[in-house]
Amino acid sequence: MADTYEKHVPIIENDYDPEDFVFVQENVRLKDKVYKQTSFLKDVWTNFSKNKGAVIGLIIISVVIFMAIIGPMISGRTYYTQDLANQGLPPRMPGLEKLGIMNGYEYGRNIYAEKGLDNVYYWFGTDTLGRDLFTRVWEGTRISLFIAFVAVIIDIIIGMSYGLISGYFGGKVDMVMQRFVEILNGIPTLVLVTLLGLVLPPGMSSIIFALMITGWIGMSRISRAEVLKLKEAEYILASRTLGAKHFSIIFKDILPNIFGQLITMAMFSVPSAIFTEAYLSFMGLGIPAPAASLGTLISDGYKSLTVHPYMIFSAIIVLALLMLSFNLFADGLRDAFDPNQKH
Amino acid sequence: MSKYILKRVLISILTLSAIIFVLFLMLDFMPGSPFNDEKLTAAQKALLYTKYGLDKPFFVRFLKYLGAMMKGDLGNSYVLNKNKAVADMLKGPLGVSIRVGALGMLLGTVIGLSLGIAAALKHNSWVDTLCSIVSILGVSVPAYVFALLLAYFVGFKLGWIPILYNSKKVAASFIGPMIALAMSPMANVSRFTRSEMIDVLGSDYILLVQAKGVRQKDLILKHALRNTLIPIITIMGPILVNLLTGSMVVEKVFGVPGIGTMMVTAIQSNDYNVTIACAFVYSAMYIVMMLIIDILYGVIDPRIRVAKEGS
Repeated sequence: MADTYEKHVPIIENDYDPEDFVFVQENVRLKDKVYKQTSFLKDVWTNFSKNKGAVIGLIIISVVIFMAIIGPMISGRTYYTQDLANQGLPPRMPGLEKLGIMNGYEYGRNIYAEKGLDNVYYWFGTDTLGRDLFTRVWEGTRISLFIAFVAVIIDIIIGMSYGLISGYFGGKVDMVMQRFVEILNGIPTLVLVTLLGLVLPPGMSSIIFALMITGWIGMSRISRAEVLKLKEAEYILASRTLGAKHFSIIFKDILPNIFGQLITMAMFSVPSAIFTEAYLSFMGLGIPAPAASLGTLISDGYKSLTVHPYMIFSAIIVLALLMLSFNLFADGLRDAFDPNQKH
Repeated sequence: MSKYILKRVLISILTLSAIIFVLFLMLDFMPGSPFNDEKLTAAQKALLYTKYGLDKPFFVRFLKYLGAMMKGDLGNSYVLNKNKAVADMLKGPLGVSIRVGALGMLLGTVIGLSLGIAAALKHNSWVDTLCSIVSILGVSVPAYVFALLLAYFVGFKLGWIPILYNSKKVAASFIGPMIALAMSPMANVSRFTRSEMIDVLGSDYILLVQAKGVRQKDLILKHALRNTLIPIITIMGPILVNLLTGSMVVEKVFGVPGIGTMMVTAIQSNDYNVTIACAFVYSAMYIVMMLIIDILYGVIDPRIRVAKEGS
């Protein structure tokens, strides 16, 4: 071996003077820099606030939720009062009307003046039954958000437990549980939801139930994948060696570590729940009148789309804003919880 | 490989039978009966029930139905088209739905791919911004909202496309639904293509190809794009699901005489067999497509196959 080594590596003469070298950092005093300790949540917030889109999303969500709470209160009208004399009034808002938008004009005519309603303002107009759309839109937003949040919370609870148990125990338990998920997942969600909507009596709880039936699958997948990653970790082994029970390992040791992913997933599920609810309403399987959700408002407005387009636009704008901002927010949240993850 | 395919096919068949059972179970619980005519007396109704075999116990009806289904006989319609075979009723609408869906998918994928590649090549330029805006909008705004906006602005205000399906101008009638359906695939494909392409372009083998002096066009189409496409096949499943479900509502908005419209009409008129058949067709299409994607992915990327066989 020695021969070959010498053949390949030429011997270099080292012929340097000490002057050839300069000390790096000769004048710099080396000192350990101590960073301020930050908590996990503060870290997440720092990462999150760097993402402009996510912050905008959070602001829009807050504004919409705020309006959904106080909107029906400040309008001074109820979502169910019908005023047949005031039906089909276009939007009119004080202040904005001077700018030429939302000024009560439709087809070049001031409908308010024609009806002698000079000091009446319907901010988003009225529907075909003379109900105030401003109140109805925010009331509908409230109901849509409520349905989505409740459905997602139930999804988290079911999906999380299912995924944790399936992933943690593995083997036969995992196989049976995963086959079940695979079969359930093979049924297109909207077909299932549509049929459930038909079978169950119309109402909010039926919609939540229909959303719940398949909604938890995504959540269980995420938690199972995370458990599979974590259960081989040293700290779990340590916990087991110390005699911790399965239940406490699953819920006390593993669960806190996957909470970030679950919250992110939940935020992604909210817009899809809102969409499914809107879809159900559009198929005529939404919550019954006079209550409104964004979906029923859109499906009502659709009937008079070509005559009074403003009836549908306020609901569509709120729906699109909600979906958009929840997606942006969830995107930011995902990056903030796990900055190293590749997308 | 054959073991993997066999396993996927078996699971698909199992899923399909589970679906038929669930559908049948649900329709059995559905309120109302197919014979809602107030003029019918109780005796007449009983006669109709006997005629169509609706008075038999649940499992007898189910087994009869399953047996008939294996032969491709989906039963007869009770309400929509009296005594007409559902299988015949489905033929026309199914063709229309598949055509609209496939066109939307094609349009969305092609535009999405080009947009994604352009955005990856011109990183941080206006094309990149456009790509992000399109992908965010397409993911967040449901297909039927696009359909409504298209119908109002392009169809009603500008008058460029028919608002409602017109059997005399089929090609023009397809434009609206096609664009509305293309939005979601376009958004997903462009987002994925962009991030994958940026990854691939930064890899060592692309550097080697560049060093070899390959032309830019060949570099992208022959070397970079192929590796980009592999992960994109994974998202084809969710995209197809979006497309299928989107088509149900988009068809209703534009009045396209497809399966979606038919299902809605059948639901509203309590036509059991037609509803069940439409739901079955949707589920079957979905399962077959997922199966194809799974197998395709196993063929392309052997690691997936091994991992799935192992588990």
